[in-house]
Amino acid sequence: MYNGVIAAATLNALSAANQLGGSVTALVAGDAPEAVAKSIGDYQGVSKVLTAANAAYEKNIAEDVTSLLVAIQNKYNFTHIVGGHTAVGKNVFPRAAALLDVAPISDITAVESNDTFVRPIYAGNAIATVKSNDAVKFVTVRGTAFEAAVAGGDAAAVEAAPDAEKVGITEWVGEDIQKSDRPDLGSASRVISGGRGMKNGENFKLLYDMADKLGAAVGASRAAVDAGFVDNSLQVGQTGKIVAPGISGAIQHLAGMKDSKTIVAINKDADAPIFQVADYGLVADLFDAVPEITEKL
Amino acid sequence: MSKTLRIFVPVKRVIDYAVKVRVNPSKTDVDRNVKHSMNPFDEIAVEEAVRIKTKNKETEVVAISCGSAKAQETLRTALAMGADSAVHIEVKDDTTLQPLAVAKLLRAYTDKQEKKPDMFILGKQAIDDDANQTGQMLAGLLNWPQATFASKVEFEGESLKVTREIDGGLETLKTKMPAIITTDLRLNEPRYASLPNIMKAKKKPLAKITPEELGVDITPRIETLKVEEPAKRQGGRMVESVDELLDKLKNEAKVL
Repeated sequence: MYNGVIAAATLNALSAANQLGGSVTALVAGDAPEAVAKSIGDYQGVSKVLTAANAAYEKNIAEDVTSLLVAIQNKYNFTHIVGGHTAVGKNVFPRAAALLDVAPISDITAVESNDTFVRPIYAGNAIATVKSNDAVKFVTVRGTAFEAAVAGGDAAAVEAAPDAEKVGITEWVGEDIQKSDRPDLGSASRVISGGRGMKNGENFKLLYDMADKLGAAVGASRAAVDAGFVDNSLQVGQTGKIVAPGISGAIQHLAGMKDSKTIVAINKDADAPIFQVADYGLVADLFDAVPEITEKL
Repeated sequence: MSKTLRIFVPVKRVIDYAVKVRVNPSKTDVDRNVKHSMNPFDEIAVEEAVRIKTKNKETEVVAISCGSAKAQETLRTALAMGADSAVHIEVKDDTTLQPLAVAKLLRAYTDKQEKKPDMFILGKQAIDDDANQTGQMLAGLLNWPQATFASKVEFEGESLKVTREIDGGLETLKTKMPAIITTDLRLNEPRYASLPNIMKAKKKPLAKITPEELGVDITPRIETLKVEEPAKRQGGRMVESVDELLDKLKNEAKVL
């Protein structure tokens, strides 16, 4: 949950959890978890919802959320603890797993069985199938590798999570969230991505215009973020967002987008590596081609 | 900032980021007979520790690496960048060290110290296993606060103010030391080690210790059943014009 809404990645993680074949319990922790608890309880496959109300949970303070997860696990003994491979999941899962002496498995793209999962390594240049020998499996899920779970199941029972120690060593000071009316980059079905070739931040307007016509999210390469053209939250690649719905095509960038269904590349350099993975490539100056596409859409 | 600061910086030797990795013929691993270097996020961690030292002379920076004998090359790089000393937690060649084992080794090493560190600065993830776990696990095991994916680290008296890269933007946390910080890409621009500093680094102290001496069981908990090449994309179809592109997207790919 984030700011009273179910995070998109949670629904993908729920699908992965449903593939494990057992009963699924959802945890909703935050300032006022009741409304979200009720709505997640209506999703198919959710048989129970645990709620934990605390301001520290609302801001996902790692030490406190971890303490809660450990308290829950000690009471319920789940065989699997599954979450989205998001900034929150990445922050909390390994800490909780270490406290329970479990080796977590990050960023899975497939569930092979109860204890065997598939995950990309080396920026997606190799795919590993791994088996956990721990009693409890802590797994974070790559959202774009699983369909979102659907609503319309039976309403799940809601109960309060056990109390956990409030660690309180870290204070949330503030945040600077980029407001956007466009779809979220992590879950959008279409993504328009710009790289260094955009030359400056103002030129990204060309991409925003095209994105608005397509109902698409806008992303960027590390080069474009580092150059200050756009905010870091738009970065697509090994260390930024992973999106699967077109840049030169460095290995680290391809890691974030090469599982897309259709890739279109527009680059004036006919030898750019991106053309090797693109379904459709157009060798053209983007400052001519992009406005033309926007106009013709 | 307190008068004296002791900063531990774990560094990992990984296949160089520019190398295109290939899966080995037996599909058990990738081919490792290629160029290795320090994990890029760890370079950022070393740089941050050295910058803190520039502002506060009473700072001691200790680089630590867990791995085979070759991990020493990586430690020498950290020393050349400005770390004061290095610790090599040595394992035999071909030993797989997973993040949980590394976190336990680092905790055990910390527990043995008479003078405890004030902070650990780690890279947010290693570009080989892409796990993004070690810093968080270490923080849990030490029961220290964690500030992961840091893009800015400031000292406010005895507190640390850390700006973090989160989904959708940035977040700022204030926490107490001792603390764990993991670095994101935009924290800083790591320096190159100069030739004189590379020469000086050869004389800096490098201690060795083993997992057995630390009493840590490093047996992997996760078994790798197989490693495969990713599915190849059928790329490379070029179009001549915007009209042709839109036509293909509508009628062939049916995505418009």
